[in-house]
Amino acid sequence: MKYIRGFGFFWWDFIVGDSIVLAVGTVATILAAFLLAHSGVSPAAQVILPAAVLVTLAAALAKRWS
Amino acid sequence: MNSVLIFSGAFLAASVEMVEALTIVLAVGVTRGWRASLVGVGVGLLALAVVVGALGPSLVTYVPLNALRVVIGSLLLVFGLQWLRKAIMRATGRKALHDEALIYQREVAELERDPIPEGFDWVAFTVSFKGIFLEGLEVAFIVLTFGANHGSYGLTLVAALAAAVIITSIGLLVRAPLSRVPENTIKFAVGLLLTSFGTFWTGEGVGVDWSLSDFTIPVLIGVFALASFLLLRLLRPSTTKPVTLPEVAAS
Repeated sequence: MKYIRGFGFFWWDFIVGDSIVLAVGTVATILAAFLLAHSGVSPAAQVILPAAVLVTLAAALAKRWS
Repeated sequence: MNSVLIFSGAFLAASVEMVEALTIVLAVGVTRGWRASLVGVGVGLLALAVVVGALGPSLVTYVPLNALRVVIGSLLLVFGLQWLRKAIMRATGRKALHDEALIYQREVAELERDPIPEGFDWVAFTVSFKGIFLEGLEVAFIVLTFGANHGSYGLTLVAALAAAVIITSIGLLVRAPLSRVPENTIKFAVGLLLTSFGTFWTGEGVGVDWSLSDFTIPVLIGVFALASFLLLRLLRPSTTKPVTLPEVAAS
């Protein structure tokens, strides 16, 4: 049980760390990229994906969340 | 002539993938320590050997490369963003707005203990392992696909081995100079690299068609670097003494 808890804590710390905004933003970014890549506007995905990554970083740096 | 072209193509393609793996291993080794990072490399190579040895040429059919790219890319992306965020926060000294001296001391203490544990560093191990395993699989794909086109795998295997020797030698040469760069500066650069690789691989995995192919990575690094410096300038308080990346690291 201790090892399972430790394993779970490791992955929580690895993925979420001290900013849940980054983790949630990353998941939302990946989902958006997937939807765009499989829609009729797939070329836009290669611009939207990096832009969404930057928005996630800026949101995580916003004073109210950091 | 066909053999020269096949060799050159396999060599260059394998070199690109190996440079990507080397970048990640160097970045993790310099910032988190070499022991766990090199163990990650060793275990990654072992896992790779098992997968390639077990599947052989049928590897191309059975390994879901895009699913691996999404999983590994998204983990690198979230980890890279965490480092980038921390590096920007340290460089801007934002908490110093309240009690500069006290919080600066806290920041220095945090830099000294964060985030490397005293025991085995599983984060360094995991990131190195993933970098080696994914890039190694891509090299294996290159050897197999080029080899299948040529009719034998010997030539493409030699090309990949030649690339491995050259890229590893370059890694050994640049390791020492990199170790002398200030810590927060390195962490900032590592955050940029992991975020860029993570964005690229995740994009490939979910079906984004990068029009520049692998050359998208340096473009992403440039764009993220520019945006990060803009964020750094925006967030730096105008009423307190600016804290630069080298100053924070040197303290």
